[in-house]
Amino acid sequence: MSEDLKKTCLHDLHTGLGALMSPFGGFDMPIQYDGIEQEHQAVRNNCGVFDVSHMGEVAVSGPDAERFVNHIFTNDVTGLPDGKVIYGMMLHPTGGVVDDLLVYKRGDNDFFLVINASNIDKDVEWIVSHAEGFDVKIDHQSDHWAELALQGPNAEKVMADVLGLDGSDLGFYTFKTVGDIIVSRTGYTGEDGFEIYADAETIRKYWQKLIDAGVQPCGLGCRDTLRFEAGLPLYGDELADDITPIEAGLGIFVKLDKPEFIGREALAVQKAEGPARKIVGIKVEGQAIPRHGYEVLDADGKVVGTVTTGYHSISLDKNIAMALIDAKSAALGTSLQVKVRRKVFPATVIKKRFYTPNYKK
Amino acid sequence: MLYFLPTHEYARIEGNVATIGISEFAAHQLGNVVYVDMPEEDDEVTKGEDFGAIESVKAASDLFSPVSGTVIEVNEALVENPRLVNEDPMNNWIIKVEMSDPSELESLLTPEAYEKVCEAEKH
Repeated sequence: MSEDLKKTCLHDLHTGLGALMSPFGGFDMPIQYDGIEQEHQAVRNNCGVFDVSHMGEVAVSGPDAERFVNHIFTNDVTGLPDGKVIYGMMLHPTGGVVDDLLVYKRGDNDFFLVINASNIDKDVEWIVSHAEGFDVKIDHQSDHWAELALQGPNAEKVMADVLGLDGSDLGFYTFKTVGDIIVSRTGYTGEDGFEIYADAETIRKYWQKLIDAGVQPCGLGCRDTLRFEAGLPLYGDELADDITPIEAGLGIFVKLDKPEFIGREALAVQKAEGPARKIVGIKVEGQAIPRHGYEVLDADGKVVGTVTTGYHSISLDKNIAMALIDAKSAALGTSLQVKVRRKVFPATVIKKRFYTPNYKK
Repeated sequence: MLYFLPTHEYARIEGNVATIGISEFAAHQLGNVVYVDMPEEDDEVTKGEDFGAIESVKAASDLFSPVSGTVIEVNEALVENPRLVNEDPMNNWIIKVEMSDPSELESLLTPEAYEKVCEAEKH
């Protein structure tokens, strides 16, 4: 293991469980414990727990906090009720994505931003460098917070029974604070579930209680297969500095009717003209699995884009992918081809929400 | 005679034919195999170059040939049931190759030397 990799507060517990560890976002993270398929099925059918302490946290407060978050964020936090969570992106002036993130509204001019591990340094620098002229306090708290994601149809019951935390009063994308602990009904799996933010000591205690109670530990391997089936983007695959939310099909999280935010002009133009390329879902015939970076061709064999994420879907038992391709080839039902090593396989454009999420209403 | 590549392919030699597959160690490391991308009969393979790939849920891994020669048989059972590789990789081979240069075997790993490669990878 490279010495500059960071460890979460649960690292020794992962290796103790025999997890396969691998670098992700600058951290040495568990990829799988008992196998990606078993862990994936646990989340779809029962409940699984993930260490997501690698995620970054930034608190933004002060008299101009709401105005500032609206300046750097695509979604609209104006008048957002306390206890609401909202998803969106920070953009470059070009419309490319600095990062996608969750914003927690804790109180008047009091926000909690949750950012991707791989982008922590870039994001904090971005946020701080755009705060000039705003009366805000920006507090980078990633070193304080550890985080668990408890995901699956039985997550509410498990959280109550094992951790004594009641989530029954939380609707989807809301949160509450219990002492110093933040509990939100959020996740990245397409299932109901919760994310719990607390200090390292508390998270270690919670993790061990859940494992002792027989809850399936889940690694980043199945986190990726789960989010992929639900059509959720991963920064670095479907979102990047040179991919816009319009191209990624995430326009509903971009409020162009807000008076201003960084990247607004570029996206308004792109939306009006229509993007030149789009993220689509594709289904590939045959046994070959489309993987990140493989070429996508049109029916005539011309390269029209590349696969951003692809798997043999565990829940759907099909070979499917998300791909960034020319908008001309992006209509549902369009016949395409995917190049898998030496061979070319027929493919069809389908909806990219491959699996219908089971979120709590 | 049994030989290995450091990339975890084995070649079991009978006469001039090499039966090629992946080791127990590799099958375990990969996790559940969902697809084996194999060449066709009469395809040429070259020692040290990839002849196909083996796919788990997480990733595709290239398969490298321990010998040069002509593919004389592919294991069709793996088309329907790629997980046979997980269950018994030493018997559920992938291809059989008629060797063009048996002297290539001299540079392959013996089972003892391969064992050391696996030990090193565990740490």
